[in-house]
Amino acid sequence: MADPMKIRASVMGDKVVVKVLMAHEMETGQRKDSAGKTVPAWFIQNVIATHNGKTVLSAQWGPAVSKNPFLEFRFSGGKAGEKVVVTWTDNKGDKRSDEATIS
Amino acid sequence: MKQTRRNLLQASGGVTVIALAASAGIFKSGNVYAADWNKAAFDTKNLQETVKAMGGTAATESKDINIVSPDIAENGAVVPVSVASKLAKTESISILVEKNPNALSAAFDIPGGTEPFVSTRVKMGQTSNVYALVKADGKYFFATKEIKVTLGGCGG
Repeated sequence: MADPMKIRASVMGDKVVVKVLMAHEMETGQRKDSAGKTVPAWFIQNVIATHNGKTVLSAQWGPAVSKNPFLEFRFSGGKAGEKVVVTWTDNKGDKRSDEATIS
Repeated sequence: MKQTRRNLLQASGGVTVIALAASAGIFKSGNVYAADWNKAAFDTKNLQETVKAMGGTAATESKDINIVSPDIAENGAVVPVSVASKLAKTESISILVEKNPNALSAAFDIPGGTEPFVSTRVKMGQTSNVYALVKADGKYFFATKEIKVTLGGCGG
């Protein structure tokens, strides 16, 4: 299981600003190791963020997203004390879901 | 005695079948992930191909899309890029790096209620034009910005 994400969600005006920092290698599949073998691609493909069961952002990523990916987005209709859940799935089928309380 | 052994064999046969089914199930769920992921779009080499892989025909340049990023990135492995769209009914935002092995870096679906804004970090192999591709009201629009990548910190 991968390391937990760091998620911060805070109310700013009438919007909720969500910042997510995920822990993932994001290997491109282009790099070669010291033995000259290609390091197989390993990266997050899908990210879904939900609030009260409603999807507020979904993303498809390629291997060109940086290692330990950062993501920021804003949505309206959230209140302090409610939860935002972020889930990612990588190309090996590994999954990780974390939640944060809006402050 | 014989009966017992037969039962045992049948039971173990059953276990094998279950194991096979389980592994088939795992394989299947792997395919489901892939189905959510537009492989054709992520294999494309330039903006026009990406638009086609996403189901559009062509993209027009728009001044209502704003790319925020440094003009010069010292480390191509971590280039912060933010995209904001002022186009009405923005449905999706994608970030493309022209000179990467595959142009498309990330694609975001923006549901109603979510601001048409995303910020993330991408990798860049070399100095290149970065495109923000926005789907709004069924049409595709783009904005572009050149980001210089200086490897080794020599500047320039």
